[in-house]
Amino acid sequence: MTLLQEQRSQRLLSTPLRVGPTSWLVPVRAGLVTAMSVGLLAILVVLDLALGDFEMPVGTVISTLFGGGDPASEFIIHELRLPQTTVAMLTGTALGLAGALTQTFARNPLASPDILGITEGAAVGAVSVIVLSGAGGFGGGLVSGTLQSLGVPVAAFLGGLLTATALYILSWRHGIDGQRLVLIGIGLGATLTAVVSWLLVKARIQDAASAQVWLTGSLNARGWDHAKPVLLALVVLVPLSLLLVRHLNALQLGDDSARGLGTRLQTTQLLTLVAAVGLTSVAVSAVGPLEFVAFVVPQVALRLTGGSRPPLLASMTLGACLVVGADLVTRVVIPFAIPAGLVTAAIGAPYLIWLLLRTNRKVTA
Amino acid sequence: MTSRLSARGLTVGYGGDPVVHDLTVDIPDGQVTTIVGPNGCGKSTLVRTLARLMSPTSGQVVLDGAPITSLGTRDIATRLSLLPQSPIAPEGLLVRDLIGRGRHPHQRWFAQWSQQDEEVVVAAMAMTDTSDLRDRPLDQLSGGQRQRAWIAMTLAQDTDLMLLDEPTTYLDLAHQVEVLDLVCRLNRERSRTVVMVLHDLNLAARYSDLVVVMHDGRIVTQGPPTDVFTAEMLSDVFGLEAEILSDPRTGLPIVVPVSSSANPASTVISTTALAG
Repeated sequence: MTLLQEQRSQRLLSTPLRVGPTSWLVPVRAGLVTAMSVGLLAILVVLDLALGDFEMPVGTVISTLFGGGDPASEFIIHELRLPQTTVAMLTGTALGLAGALTQTFARNPLASPDILGITEGAAVGAVSVIVLSGAGGFGGGLVSGTLQSLGVPVAAFLGGLLTATALYILSWRHGIDGQRLVLIGIGLGATLTAVVSWLLVKARIQDAASAQVWLTGSLNARGWDHAKPVLLALVVLVPLSLLLVRHLNALQLGDDSARGLGTRLQTTQLLTLVAAVGLTSVAVSAVGPLEFVAFVVPQVALRLTGGSRPPLLASMTLGACLVVGADLVTRVVIPFAIPAGLVTAAIGAPYLIWLLLRTNRKVTA
Repeated sequence: MTSRLSARGLTVGYGGDPVVHDLTVDIPDGQVTTIVGPNGCGKSTLVRTLARLMSPTSGQVVLDGAPITSLGTRDIATRLSLLPQSPIAPEGLLVRDLIGRGRHPHQRWFAQWSQQDEEVVVAAMAMTDTSDLRDRPLDQLSGGQRQRAWIAMTLAQDTDLMLLDEPTTYLDLAHQVEVLDLVCRLNRERSRTVVMVLHDLNLAARYSDLVVVMHDGRIVTQGPPTDVFTAEMLSDVFGLEAEILSDPRTGLPIVVPVSSSANPASTVISTTALAG
């Protein structure tokens, strides 16, 4: 390799940028991947808006989005389709970021919120409210008043937060070890899945049915009310996550090195976990547990950007692409309506098997 | 003799019996101090406590005249660096990214890669002979190359005090010598104060200004290698019957095991160290 080629290959990965007292190491390749996935997202969003029971030309969609367009298209886009597409985009963003955070934090590609049981914790919270609040049914009157009025989103958030707290306490032994975190998380997840099943068995049939739909992760009939909490969480937690990046980089070198480099280890770990739980819980409360998005997307982003940890921005944009794409598939490609969660699971499950095989091989080799 | 880093009446434990007992030591500035002792004597615990990774149950570590607990962790990181015993790196991490991470305590969220960061990293690569390796993933390097990259990371932290916890573990003899030559150059050419833990007594004798011998969490003796290495000390501390020869070239002591009550086979192992 000549010197020039070598320099070029370095530039491809990252290049320094200095303005006054500020200085950055701009990740060129990750930036390109992010920009391209934003382009892909734009295409998917327009298609998602254009296609459906009533098909619209792409030109009409774009002009309607920017304020032109007749009342009919206006109604279809702004009232019917845009809210659902927005929810898909925001939840995908949140789940992609949450997965990138937990996988970096635990130094383990298996450590995503859905594998760690945080998603299941949120599901227990949500299903409890759906099932226990029905008057006259199982637990009628048990959940009523305040909790019922707060509804599914808050219950899901509390469920996710409680699970993460339990996970943190149970995995704590002179610090947090990624391997132990994953094993305990899998155990917690299994327990919580059993709790969900128990709730469903005990529930009235109507309540169980509506809980079941929610549990498969459905984007159907999602409105602006579903989008708001996710947007709020993103506005707060994305900047926080970007501030954590530097410390996550140090954290990757092990606890001792990270502390030797002057990182406040426990503060960084705690903030990372809180951010990931917040993002997961709002996403889950909006659309139900969309399986495997947080698990697969950061690893795909990592392969594309070629770094040493899942990139946060590219994980967000690719997460949005995946969920909007899943929405498109469920509404357009497949002739009968299926929940979007099934599409993401169909992509995620084979990947999980492949990852387990590969990890296993590495240990035995 | 000045000393920026010292331990005062340090007792450290993991809950049960203390691993380090009421230990006091001054690390001499600008010198290479090596801690030796049998397995489980508390060497690593002492180094980890000096690097504020462990908290003493009593006593304190003093850095530049102040108790280390009164200093901010990033402040400490600009004065004292540590290479842990078995550092880990994620798959695919490039050598230059690893070395660049040594700049962490000097960076802020708005100043993540200053001109100075770059210059210090380039100098650290040159010093450790890792410039040619900088675009390669760490996991593809040989053990010796990898250890040089880690030392470069520690060097990029740009601190006068460097603590190295067993920097030669898992390396073959040639690579051990390569790493210790590097440590020696850091000390002589960059006037770094080095504290390290070593297992090989002959290498400790060869590369140290001061040798600290620990046994059961206490310091048994300390001083220049020629004073410390005696047949009596080796027998008392290591349970090793050995003769002390003098290296004809350097005059430094060489430990030659005669026989050992614990393990006769160690004769073979330790004499190979003479080749260094």
